[in-house]
Amino acid sequence: MASPAFAQVNLVGEWSPRYHEDQPDRIPGPELGDYTGLPITDGARLAADSWDASRLTLREHQCKVHNGPYILHGPIQFRLWEEKDLRTQQVVALQMYLNTYEQERTIWMDGRPHPPEWAPHTWQGFSTGKWDGDILTVTTTHIKQEWIRRNGVPNSEKSSMIEHFSRHGNIMSHLEIWTDPVYLAEPLIRSEDFVLNERTGGNWLWPCEYVDEIPDRPHSAVPNYLPGQSPFAGDFAYRYGIPVDAAKGGPETTYPEYQAKLRTLPKPAKPAGPAAGK
Amino acid sequence: MNVTMRTRLLAAAAIAGSMGLASRVYTQQQPLPASEISSFHVQGSVYLLVGDGGNIAVQLGDEGVLVVDTGLAPNADKLIAAIRKLSDKPIRWILNTHFHPDHTGGNEALSKAGSKTNGGPAEVLAHESVLTRMSGPTGRQSSAAAAAWPTDTYSTEEKDIYFNGEAVMLYHEPNAHTDGDSIIFFRKSDVVAAGDTFVTTSYPFIDQANGGSIQGELNALNRILDITVPAHEQEGGTFVIPGHGRICDEADVLEYRDMVTIVRDRVADMVKRKLTLDQVKAAKPTLDYDLHYGSTTGFVTTAGFIEAVYKDLSNPQGKPRVR
Repeated sequence: MASPAFAQVNLVGEWSPRYHEDQPDRIPGPELGDYTGLPITDGARLAADSWDASRLTLREHQCKVHNGPYILHGPIQFRLWEEKDLRTQQVVALQMYLNTYEQERTIWMDGRPHPPEWAPHTWQGFSTGKWDGDILTVTTTHIKQEWIRRNGVPNSEKSSMIEHFSRHGNIMSHLEIWTDPVYLAEPLIRSEDFVLNERTGGNWLWPCEYVDEIPDRPHSAVPNYLPGQSPFAGDFAYRYGIPVDAAKGGPETTYPEYQAKLRTLPKPAKPAGPAAGK
Repeated sequence: MNVTMRTRLLAAAAIAGSMGLASRVYTQQQPLPASEISSFHVQGSVYLLVGDGGNIAVQLGDEGVLVVDTGLAPNADKLIAAIRKLSDKPIRWILNTHFHPDHTGGNEALSKAGSKTNGGPAEVLAHESVLTRMSGPTGRQSSAAAAAWPTDTYSTEEKDIYFNGEAVMLYHEPNAHTDGDSIIFFRKSDVVAAGDTFVTTSYPFIDQANGGSIQGELNALNRILDITVPAHEQEGGTFVIPGHGRICDEADVLEYRDMVTIVRDRVADMVKRKLTLDQVKAAKPTLDYDLHYGSTTGFVTTAGFIEAVYKDLSNPQGKPRVR
């Protein structure tokens, strides 16, 4: 059992994000083929290039929600509160209600171990936290497969995440370090800021019921583009004048030194896809 | 070495043994002592028992114990001890999802440790093809001792029994992982035991020598998706125990089904373009999944999976149709 925690920073409250970092990615969403800034593996890139957004119309995909590592970088507000043992007043867990898709998250603070490797995975995973001074450090495992970026770049169920929460007045800073031996060649590190709400945050309720959106499609079909056959290949790079190699992402592209190489790369050619030149 | 790795090595050795390859595999790996068996409550009356060999599901209740698959033969005593920690009721039923010895190795010991209500060893129920594979064609040596064979078989699409207050459904999936796969559904507990039609530790093992096929495998995965009903947010609801690996729900099976389908689609396109097997392998049609499911060693390799898909699609005659 953890020792009593006195005078630690209080994270309780309703928190709203500020989208001054990575706004195009987090709110309107990324464009197809935009893997910039992601230290992804070659396998992740192939998976994303093969991803057809129509896959989301499959019955079993329709009601899926965002997983823990993704959603705090996505469109969200959340409420955070403490669960305390009535006798000892020790914090057993921090609870979060994430308004996007009505998700709930528990961060266990009582020192319990993570589940065995054969235990089920969830969208939010299994989280344990501890205070390092005024910084709450959270370790999360047992995360479900979803995506790293909302354009088909996947994460795997082997993902894990370390987060650091810190508070400065009414601002909460959140840093996440996302590790995935399947789809990330190096850890993905990103940060967000949240502001304490003086009024109760809104809730995006999610009474999802799947339907057959495309009646003629065989039930067993899985929409995907064969390698090299995505009609959108190259569109993003061409539209923004970004060298194709840079748009493909990968660990090298995430370091400052890459800027020098970037200037030596050729401009992208006009692709043959439907969005070419727009 | 974690449980997954141990399981893969021992399961590979056991399956290879059933196919006459044991000596080669054993010379590649040091013999491993039998591991402890851990239990995990899945949902309702169903528990998962994890050790070396395939996953084992047990259903507990007032009438007794029902066991789905029996792991490797050397672990049988430990399996019985693990069951005894959960229940002191007699083992009444043993259900086999397929014939491989990492799923049937403990049949004899568990059957003898249990009993029917009217006496005698506990019933071993499986699809008819499991008995055929274990007893061996006439004139050949059986792959398993007679005391381990199923004592009760079915040859229809479905079979059901009612035990411990719930319906237990067996769905035969023809020509999937093998030709005798049963997907077992505990209807009240809302748990599926998938056998090796679904695993989380590797690509599917299409055992073509024993009737497996890629389309049958996909049909089996789609059957599981049809059975499972997710709870809120497409999470939980019906749980699925894979043949190897962790407990899953529909969303997890879905990602695996999508993966197998996408690889099938890619190889089908290459077959259509008349690429050779070597050219298909060189094109790396599984690249996006290799760091998760791929392997260059052991029994279920990436190359073996691609080859099985290629062979099936190159010669589709007599194979199951898309369902």
